[in-house]
Amino acid sequence: MSETLKETVGEVCRSVEFDRSRMIDVVREVQKRYGNVSGEAMELIARELKTHRVEVESVVSFYAFLSEMRQGKVVIRLCNDVIDRMHGADRVLAAFEEELGIRVGETTPDGEITLTTTACIGMSDQAPAALINDVVVNHLSSDLAREIVWELKQHGNPALLVKNLGDGNNASELVSAMVKNNIRHRGAVILSRAATGQGLETALAMTPAEVIRNVKTARLRGRGGAGFPTGMKWEFTRAGSAAERVIVCNADEGEPGTFKDRVILTECPDLMFEGMTIGAYAIGASLGIVYLRAEYAYLKRFLESVLDRRRSEGVLGRGICGLEGFDFDIRIQMGAGAYICGEETALLSSCEGVRGDPKNRPPFPAQKGYLGLPTSVNNVETLCCVARIMEHGPGWFTALGSEQSAGTKLLSISGDCKRSGVYELPLGIPLRELLKLAGAEDAQAIQVGGPSGQMVGPDAFDRTICYDDLSTGGSIMVFGPKRKILEVVDAFLEFFVEESCGYCTPCRVGNVLLKKAVAKLISGKGSQKDLAYLQSLAETVKKTSRCGLGQTSPNPVLSTLENFRSVYEEVLVAGEAGLQHDFELSRAVSQAARIAGRTSAHLHP
Amino acid sequence: MEKPRIATTSLAGCFGCHMSLLDIDARILDLAELVEFHKSPINDIKAFDQHCAVGLIEGGCCNEENVKVLREFRRNCDILVSVGDCAIMGGIPAMRNLVPLEECLQEAYLNGPTVFNPSKRIPNDPEIPLLLEKVYPCHEVVEIDYHLPGCPPPADTLWEALGALLKGNPIELSYELIKYD
Repeated sequence: MSETLKETVGEVCRSVEFDRSRMIDVVREVQKRYGNVSGEAMELIARELKTHRVEVESVVSFYAFLSEMRQGKVVIRLCNDVIDRMHGADRVLAAFEEELGIRVGETTPDGEITLTTTACIGMSDQAPAALINDVVVNHLSSDLAREIVWELKQHGNPALLVKNLGDGNNASELVSAMVKNNIRHRGAVILSRAATGQGLETALAMTPAEVIRNVKTARLRGRGGAGFPTGMKWEFTRAGSAAERVIVCNADEGEPGTFKDRVILTECPDLMFEGMTIGAYAIGASLGIVYLRAEYAYLKRFLESVLDRRRSEGVLGRGICGLEGFDFDIRIQMGAGAYICGEETALLSSCEGVRGDPKNRPPFPAQKGYLGLPTSVNNVETLCCVARIMEHGPGWFTALGSEQSAGTKLLSISGDCKRSGVYELPLGIPLRELLKLAGAEDAQAIQVGGPSGQMVGPDAFDRTICYDDLSTGGSIMVFGPKRKILEVVDAFLEFFVEESCGYCTPCRVGNVLLKKAVAKLISGKGSQKDLAYLQSLAETVKKTSRCGLGQTSPNPVLSTLENFRSVYEEVLVAGEAGLQHDFELSRAVSQAARIAGRTSAHLHP
Repeated sequence: MEKPRIATTSLAGCFGCHMSLLDIDARILDLAELVEFHKSPINDIKAFDQHCAVGLIEGGCCNEENVKVLREFRRNCDILVSVGDCAIMGGIPAMRNLVPLEECLQEAYLNGPTVFNPSKRIPNDPEIPLLLEKVYPCHEVVEIDYHLPGCPPPADTLWEALGALLKGNPIELSYELIKYD
């Protein structure tokens, strides 16, 4: 056993040329083959990659898809995102537990199947959904869960669970997934037409500086959520005298309720790669990395094949489009299950083969990014926009969208609406119009921008989706009239508690305290003072956290305190002022009373 | 003008914080000029019969009597201050929170290596307050207005904080007074 492990580790490490920065690939492969990365495997990996075991261990313990404990040959990861719960994920989980005879987090005694839950897997439009190894199963019900278990017990092969293929490329041989695109509205920039390659040709006829100027003229801003001007980012990355630069495509779409990149990756990968190649030309990069979230591993083979085709077409590789000296290639870096890796500096850490910890800024990635090289990290959708801007010119792009926010935006709408799915719409569209399109006019609350965004009510439905008003990376979650707002807040906080990387105290501890404070209010034991405490705690976490995660994780609390104050005030306790009503003396002394065999003398003080 | 009244108590504490209060030395005379001590171990007044401006709480809550006293303080004081680490976070007594209550009692009265207890009985007189299943910091039992950290908080810290409270000023403690490493 030990000998084969040694051989396997050696072989896996050789496949990445013993490059320590490819640690994620190595541990992912070992995990895949053995169902875990054991202590022994860690030792061996450390030796092969000339590093310390603790480096390997810190990676294995960090990512959700890696584990030191042996997992089953089949791992069922049920999405427990709030949208999935609204669609009955709890019942599905109960059915899985009952049918497998194990609790969540456990493995069947025969070592075959592990059951666990995971944060949003980018399938909110077809919830409840789960990943079974790399296979997506969607529209789950408790009956379906039982059927899946029964089948897995027969053949143990998740691939055989795929029954009805989805639409578009989901049905192609290399994807073969049940995933549905659910494209509801095709806008002018991305979804209306296939990639033509024209953008790249036009770009290569310009100087890199001209390309950047065009992107700036188009007023293109990052589509991932932060909205940084793309042209400016490229200019910063190009500045300086580095011999090599890197362009990274952020396909770690982890913000719950976002699934628009899934559709782009499935239907428009050429457009994305084209945009990336243009970006490489503009900043002078020869290496491109697509950081693909582990949840989208089912798209990897397909994307690799697109890359291969592009190489054979001469639009990737050496001397692209016959342009002497423009060499650029792209590799796909798989993630391993960590929301924080959507944050660009954490993403770069992950690409470098270490824990996905965010880095201190400055230096910004544009100055010192991947392995210390100037790096531009751009969202999938942003890069697609670039290709179209080059194809049709910046004027065409700015004519779409609003005064301040140019172009279209892909929005992924899910929750209590009739038509959940992906909508490509001009920026500046009023929320009300969007809700009408999606069939969600009776919504009580809309979470714009995912848990890290903000929750708004009907009085904000005339506000617009754009960078200067309601900004979003794509996530729009709809909560109908019967949903309990505080429970949604609680679910979001649970997500952040789980996903905090643990590096800084305000985020690691603060999110736990926020969740406790909200739970106290939900239980009806909170007072006016608890509300004030919640507010000040949320502000502290926001102000003092190290990266975007902790700086935005209090947003569900802060935006609901502002926009849905009444739901908090309705649950405030009516009892005596000054006491903490979640402390119950009778419960606190019940053990001692049982041990002493007598009752409390102070039960009614 | 009537002097403001202050009350103090030691719950699950070691009286170290009270000792620290006495450490203000000669300034205790100034304090006596400023305030009137009501219920406190310092003067041995046992019960509240007048409302107080400030209550200083040493120690967390480890038994039902602590809870009772703390609630009385809340009802009878305008401002409550958790003084010292035990009041703020349970402190040393809260180390027992890691051990089930029954095991704690057995270790303390029956199994501990230094126990001499020929009767093999765990004390259980009706007068003895029942223990809580764990030690609670004060703010988990009643609302607390201020926290003064330290084990114990230095006399100067207590003096400055109390002075500010009694004068109605914001408590602004210099770095030296709240630095503990």
